[in-house]
Amino acid sequence: MLLEVRHLEVHYGGIRAVAGVDLAIAEGELVCLIGANGAGKTSTLKAICGLISSRTGLIRYAGEDVSYAPVHVLPRKGLVMVPEGRGIFPQLTVEENLAMGAYAHGGGDPSAQYDRFPRLAERRKQVAGTLSGGEQQMLALARALMTRPKLLLLDEPSMGLAPMMVTKIFELVHDIAKQGVTILLVEQNARAALELASRGYVMESGSISLEGEARALLDNPKVREAYLGE
Amino acid sequence: MDTFLQQIINGLTAGSVYAVVALGYTMVYGIIQLINFAHGEVVMIGAMVAFTVINALVPYGLPPLAIVLIGAGCAVPICMLVGYGMEKLAYRPLRHAPRLAPLITAIGVSIILQHVALLIWSRNVLAFPQIIPSRTYMVGGAAITTIQIAILAICFGLMAALAILIYRTPLGTAMRATAQNQQVAGLMGIDINRVIAATFVIGAGLGAVAGVLYGTYYGLAQYTMGSILGLKAFSAAVLGGIGNIPGAMLGGVLLGIVEALGAGYIGDFTDLCQYGWLAGSISACDGGGHFVLFGSNYQDVFAFLVLILVLVFRPSGLLGERVGDRA
Repeated sequence: MLLEVRHLEVHYGGIRAVAGVDLAIAEGELVCLIGANGAGKTSTLKAICGLISSRTGLIRYAGEDVSYAPVHVLPRKGLVMVPEGRGIFPQLTVEENLAMGAYAHGGGDPSAQYDRFPRLAERRKQVAGTLSGGEQQMLALARALMTRPKLLLLDEPSMGLAPMMVTKIFELVHDIAKQGVTILLVEQNARAALELASRGYVMESGSISLEGEARALLDNPKVREAYLGE
Repeated sequence: MDTFLQQIINGLTAGSVYAVVALGYTMVYGIIQLINFAHGEVVMIGAMVAFTVINALVPYGLPPLAIVLIGAGCAVPICMLVGYGMEKLAYRPLRHAPRLAPLITAIGVSIILQHVALLIWSRNVLAFPQIIPSRTYMVGGAAITTIQIAILAICFGLMAALAILIYRTPLGTAMRATAQNQQVAGLMGIDINRVIAATFVIGAGLGAVAGVLYGTYYGLAQYTMGSILGLKAFSAAVLGGIGNIPGAMLGGVLLGIVEALGAGYIGDFTDLCQYGWLAGSISACDGGGHFVLFGSNYQDVFAFLVLILVLVFRPSGLLGERVGDRA
């Protein structure tokens, strides 16, 4: 297993946002984590990345216990998160944003990313805050790829984007997965996520309520009713 | 002599020093939103260390320039260490505390440093030995000394170097990235503790050089010099827009010029004898005498006048920090 999460719990003050989550992702998998707003999906991702210190449980990545690793150490080992809302640096240029992705290993060549995202190549000297939402999401993905990730955690990459752009982003995620990057995709757009992924987890009020093959989840009557709007 | 041009030259010289000190305030504010009130004391320590070393070396008959360089060469690393130490010991543990806590801590650090300096150097004023032969050149009716030229060259050189560091190197980009979003910077593998420490160290190094230059310009250094210089540089940073690096440079230079022009003309403007209706009633004015209400010793007032005016009319400063798009 590339990533193994055991009994993860996150507390915000007295509120338990994540209540004993177990996850396992093998190398090369594209796994999705779906669930309603406030189910604890983002808290789970943040806890994995070390952004939340008030949590218990075990996190193993590539056979190593990283439960208490500082935030900046994980990206250097290839575990990279693209946060919700993209988290680009709005006052840096596209080029500088990409350079920050490669900062930890001393700078890299962004040309592969410009090939993948021609829109970004056209705007490389532009300040990132002036990009459209879709372009910002592309930049966030490209910047994450600059870190040479083994495991990408994507938090709601389709959020707030126009339908055309949503399709485009999911295609990109699919491409990235095909190139051998393991992906954990968190989405509210359950149908698109399940169609893309090989396996899925369904999260409900802080814990995993269902898990299995993505195809099976798509056919599951409970999932259909609660998340696919049927 | 051309008073206007002369005061511009004097103002530029002092202003370029303010600018270099102001950079230390603005860099730290930009990255962790802390007004590091102890920065003025770092500048003072720089001047005191350098003057101690310089005075100790004078009897050995080294070339004057070498003596000054060795003095500054000792001051810079010591100040960097002080800057690193205060970040690590005083501010880092309070990184996630409410903003008032680190602010009050900064005032505390300032008091501690000032009193440590008092213990080491006592109240004595350290004088800068007359070792550099100062020549004076005339430029369009105004005088400029070799020391002024050196101060201008060093300060503008440092500002250019810092601008290159901030806007053209990976470390500088990482500093700007950390200033915009610490959490995401961490997610990109940037060790934000190191970046923040680097910001303090660089600011302190600049402050040390500024302290040596300021002391050399006025010929003396004392353990209290950090407070007033620090407050002026802070005013300069606010004038330019705190958190904004070009703003600190602009604010420093402008503040120096405003102060010099103010000092140069306040005496003339407040000489009551030039106002006919008043002159008649003041006996000192008889036979072309003067009755000056405020002399150039009121120079320091202008920095704070500027600070108050900026805070009232343009709190975000001339180049204003773009607080709005910090998500």
